Amino acid sequence: MKIIIPIKRVLDPFTQARIDKQTQSVDLTNSKMAMNPFCEIAVEEALKIQESGHATETIAVSIGADKTIDTLRNALAMGVDRAIFVRTETELNLQPLTLGKILSAIIKKEGADLVIMGKQAVDNDNNQTGQMLSGLLDYSIGTFISKFKLSEDNNSVEVCREIDTGIETRNLKLPAIVTVDLRLNEPRYASLPNIMKARSKPLETVELSSLDIDTSPRVKVLGVEESGSKDRAAKQINSANELFEELKQLGAM
Amino acid sequence: MSTLVLIELNSDQVSANTRAAVTAAKLLSNKVDALILTNNSNYAKSVSSIDGIDTVKLITDDSLEHVSSEVASKLVSDVMDGYQYLVAGSSTFSKNILPRVGALLDVQPISDVCEIKSSNTFVRPLYAGNIMATVESIDPTIILTVRSTSFEHAPDGGSAPIEQLTVDIPKSNSSFVEIQESKSERPELTTAERIVSGGRGLGSKENFELIEKLADKLSAAVGASRAAVDAGFISNDYQVGQTGKVVAPKIYIAVGISGAIQHLAGMKDSQVIVAINNDPDAPMCRMADLVWQVDLFEAIDDMLKH
Repeated sequence: MKIIIPIKRVLDPFTQARIDKQTQSVDLTNSKMAMNPFCEIAVEEALKIQESGHATETIAVSIGADKTIDTLRNALAMGVDRAIFVRTETELNLQPLTLGKILSAIIKKEGADLVIMGKQAVDNDNNQTGQMLSGLLDYSIGTFISKFKLSEDNNSVEVCREIDTGIETRNLKLPAIVTVDLRLNEPRYASLPNIMKARSKPLETVELSSLDIDTSPRVKVLGVEESGSKDRAAKQINSANELFEELKQLGAM
Repeated sequence: MSTLVLIELNSDQVSANTRAAVTAAKLLSNKVDALILTNNSNYAKSVSSIDGIDTVKLITDDSLEHVSSEVASKLVSDVMDGYQYLVAGSSTFSKNILPRVGALLDVQPISDVCEIKSSNTFVRPLYAGNIMATVESIDPTIILTVRSTSFEHAPDGGSAPIEQLTVDIPKSNSSFVEIQESKSERPELTTAERIVSGGRGLGSKENFELIEKLADKLSAAVGASRAAVDAGFISNDYQVGQTGKVVAPKIYIAVGISGAIQHLAGMKDSQVIVAINNDPDAPMCRMADLVWQVDLFEAIDDMLKH
């Protein structure tokens, strides 16, 4: 069984996003970039499945301009077998519908029965791509998973989903897509020898233009602004008495 | 122009975020219908009494009690014929279904809408809410999930007719096994007026019970940081933040939460923020109205005695 892991390169999640007023977009020039944290969890899960003998091959896929290769090399260094780089001429900030169409073309070509990906990317926070991809491919979908257990015959998977009211367990027949939540696993770090080894692992480049997919955005970004936060007094208090008095005065109690 | 609202029910109760979705829908069009997928047709009554709904469309089948995204998205997309908008409240329920509806209808949905600027222009958060983007949809059908903290919750007061739809329920390749529901007598996190939220600083699951005690004393809901959930102090559905729940209570008391940007994203619109922390440099202290620099156990003790 092949496992495909779509991954995304994003602004390092511990970096504050800043706006470029001229282009009305988030300024990513000279910013520290990283693999989306949810994608790291997806890669880890795929590797664990492979280590347990259930997967024949793990393939990371990412879409973007040339720098995206760094993120794919990172996945290869973590242990993924090979990578597919869907190359765009410039950074396009593609939307989930388009990403779904691109990934769907790659997955059909590879014939993968299991797709593991992050539940959302921490830049655009859409939480859509996995679900949309499942609709385009007509695969089963398990979103926001915190547990994953493949059946012995590799035909189905039992997942626990973190939902607003608790934890739901579902059984998905393959082919399936799962989108992973934070508590599924602890992603490994790439060791230095593995980082060296990753340089010689196969990385195939596919030009986006060769896939014949309409990439024009359906949702246009008209403008962005930093939301900042309300200016708050940070008034020091020293007792429960003072706290409740202050809350009364602020009209909150 | 007409809008379909996908209803989320917690047994017979209409979820708060669904009520926010009804309010948002009324801003978009004059005609607002509701769609319920359920195993129990009695549940339609609570939806029909929401103010502002024209017709309740009801699809009933035993298999819909824990409906899969695969089945729900097919049913919703079939009903969408003739509607210009599909709206639902932001929740794990809608986020599981609406994007797949988008794929079936070839539409790019818009998540977590905080403001409706015009019939096709919306404001939504990026980067954990640090950036707000104004976006315009050029799709002929527009699919939105809306933040329940950004729209009024539509009250009861209506009596919409209920229309039973007869449709074939598609076969699903996924099946429900079980649900472990967190039951609590406390106010619901996303609609509570007061929240007491605990972080890693509590140190253990046993100590976290102090947060629950304090919440009970203040008639507050319990919240938690990701660190507290990861450490197993409390279950996932209490997590506040970018990937958890977004809240905006009158009072948010953060106990032993340093304030990672991902957490602040979920509570920064609270009316009054109280930081209880022994580290005055914690980000949470910088964005609070009231800061109590103290050992958190002393503070909890003092509040419980008060």
